[in-house]
Amino acid sequence: MLEIKNLHVKLEEENKQILKGVDLTVEPGKVHAIMGPNGSGKSTLSYVLAGRGGYEVTEGSVTLDGVDLLDMEPEARAAAGLFLAFQYPVEIPGVGNMTFLRTAVNAQRKARGEEEISAADFLKLVRERAKALKIDADMLKRPVNVGFSGGEKKRNEILQMAMLEPKMCILDETDSGLDVDAMKLVADGVNALRSEGRGFLVITHYQRLLDHIKPDVVHIMAAGRIIKTGGPELALEVETNGYADILNEVA
Amino acid sequence: MALAEPKLDATEARLAGLTLPEGGCLAPARTEALARLRAMGLPQRRDEYWKFTRPDTLIQPGAIPAPVFANDEGPVFDAIDRLRIVFVDGVFDPAASDDLRLEGVEIDRIADICGRDIHWARDIYGVLEARGQTPVPRPLAALNTAYAGDGLAIRVTGKPARPISLIYIHKSETSDALLHHVIRVEPGAEATILENGPAAARFNKVTEIDIADGGTLHHVRAQGRDHQRRAATHMFTRLGTESVYKSFTLTVNGVMTRNEQVVELTGDDAVAHVAGACVGDGDFHHDDTVFITHGALNCESRQVFKKVLRNGAVGVFQGKILVKPGAQKTDGYQISQALLLDGDSQFLAKPELEIYADDVACSHGSTSGAIDEDGLFYLRSRGVPEQEATDLLTLAFLAEALDEIEDKTLSEDLLARLTGWLSRRR
Repeated sequence: MLEIKNLHVKLEEENKQILKGVDLTVEPGKVHAIMGPNGSGKSTLSYVLAGRGGYEVTEGSVTLDGVDLLDMEPEARAAAGLFLAFQYPVEIPGVGNMTFLRTAVNAQRKARGEEEISAADFLKLVRERAKALKIDADMLKRPVNVGFSGGEKKRNEILQMAMLEPKMCILDETDSGLDVDAMKLVADGVNALRSEGRGFLVITHYQRLLDHIKPDVVHIMAAGRIIKTGGPELALEVETNGYADILNEVA
Repeated sequence: MALAEPKLDATEARLAGLTLPEGGCLAPARTEALARLRAMGLPQRRDEYWKFTRPDTLIQPGAIPAPVFANDEGPVFDAIDRLRIVFVDGVFDPAASDDLRLEGVEIDRIADICGRDIHWARDIYGVLEARGQTPVPRPLAALNTAYAGDGLAIRVTGKPARPISLIYIHKSETSDALLHHVIRVEPGAEATILENGPAAARFNKVTEIDIADGGTLHHVRAQGRDHQRRAATHMFTRLGTESVYKSFTLTVNGVMTRNEQVVELTGDDAVAHVAGACVGDGDFHHDDTVFITHGALNCESRQVFKKVLRNGAVGVFQGKILVKPGAQKTDGYQISQALLLDGDSQFLAKPELEIYADDVACSHGSTSGAIDEDGLFYLRSRGVPEQEATDLLTLAFLAEALDEIEDKTLSEDLLARLTGWLSRRR
């Protein structure tokens, strides 16, 4: 589904190489986790996949179901089925959450040549999916993420994911800033979306999120590369011994 | 002091083509206004108060011709139940207007008052304008008081059920309109005044508003979309004890607009809110000049101005809060913000506070910036195309100013228009 080959990325503004040859393939229905120390390039990878400006791909390719993603605008990547749950969801004063969700859903439908969803159907769908994430009517009415707590912002990301029904979901440190209960709620939201046709890439510092969202494959990223790949046991190893052992082992 | 020769010449050149309406109870006010004007002269480029806006096209003898805009949609406020009063190129059109009788309000034409010996408007006409000439001269307003032959005298005695809607239609490419309204809100009375339309190729309008104790006036204005039109407007408002004045102006298009608001809080516990939003595209110059004087205890004033500028458009904001000695417990707030959609557009702001009382809370802020890149990427990452995302963020920026309108039917009407106008460009 998502195929990253030999991806090299540098910052546009300065001559700083962040990703130095990332290879990764996520199959449909699978959950891959990327773990790694600070500054290893995890968040950069998620931004480059979603199409944020400021980065330059110097080598390599990224495809989603065989389609080249790197040439596409962010909105086209979204319409093609890619979704990034932000580490720091952006506050958008003046734009109501509901308006935002409906605009996004309909823009993607339009881009794919589908009919827009009716107001009534949309409302029904939002209410149902918001309820599962304990998002109340007030949060739906308020401007996007403005005045939301850390937990509310992350739940709002998952609600967007649930509404947009992407093929490939990237979660960038979705556990950061969450207490145990909030993490459980978010993980339940993600698990509810797990399906045969959908791939997940879960980026995290810590193993604890992976207790709730059980990965099929775990990658360790360091210095812009994936240095080790294994099963769920790899996450446990990190939890017990930290990254030092793995880094030493590879070096 | 005698005027410098270029100023004198420019002033006399402008006056040469005008005729003073004669007789009636407003004649003394006109003569005095003319004397005031001759003493100060019309504005020139080097005048401090005009340093951001070139007055040339507003003071030259004739209007620069402006083609009439072919409107392809129903006029603003069309869906609102209102008393419609129509002016065509600055002249009252009774045939196109509703019957002026409405419970809770008395409406007369200035042109009719001119023929009478006595009328309540005499106590306001030119009086508030004259008060507003210090400390800063406003010569275009004095010119208007002297020469405007038409306009309305509106006396609000109760709470009229419908807004009074002044509709300014532009028909002649060379029309040069002078319009002068006088509004008196009696104690405890309350009304809403709506204004919309371009009015003329060049429009000079003065509105003098006297709000008595406990009176309330809402004012919502949408300046017409005709792009080539030019306008200089003044609103002089005096507020009594516990009175309320809330004014909002939306400007989309117009090659040159200068909107001045001169507000004087003379009674305790009065409230004045002045707000505006504009969208400028290309050859567009928009100037909001506001002067609020706190002259009583415990009054609140609020200025909120938002400008969206693109393709080289220029926005100007000159806003001042003057707190007089003794005006304790003043609460003054002022914010002006510009969203620059490209590097060619420009926002010029001069926020000022002058405070002579020691127990007041006054704040001001002014910002200009580009669209928020993080917000834009966030929206695009959810599938919203760049243009649509930009429009959404632009509307959100303007919505904060539109929020100042108390009647949500009116603000929603304007917001819906803006959505359409933004997506279409000019």
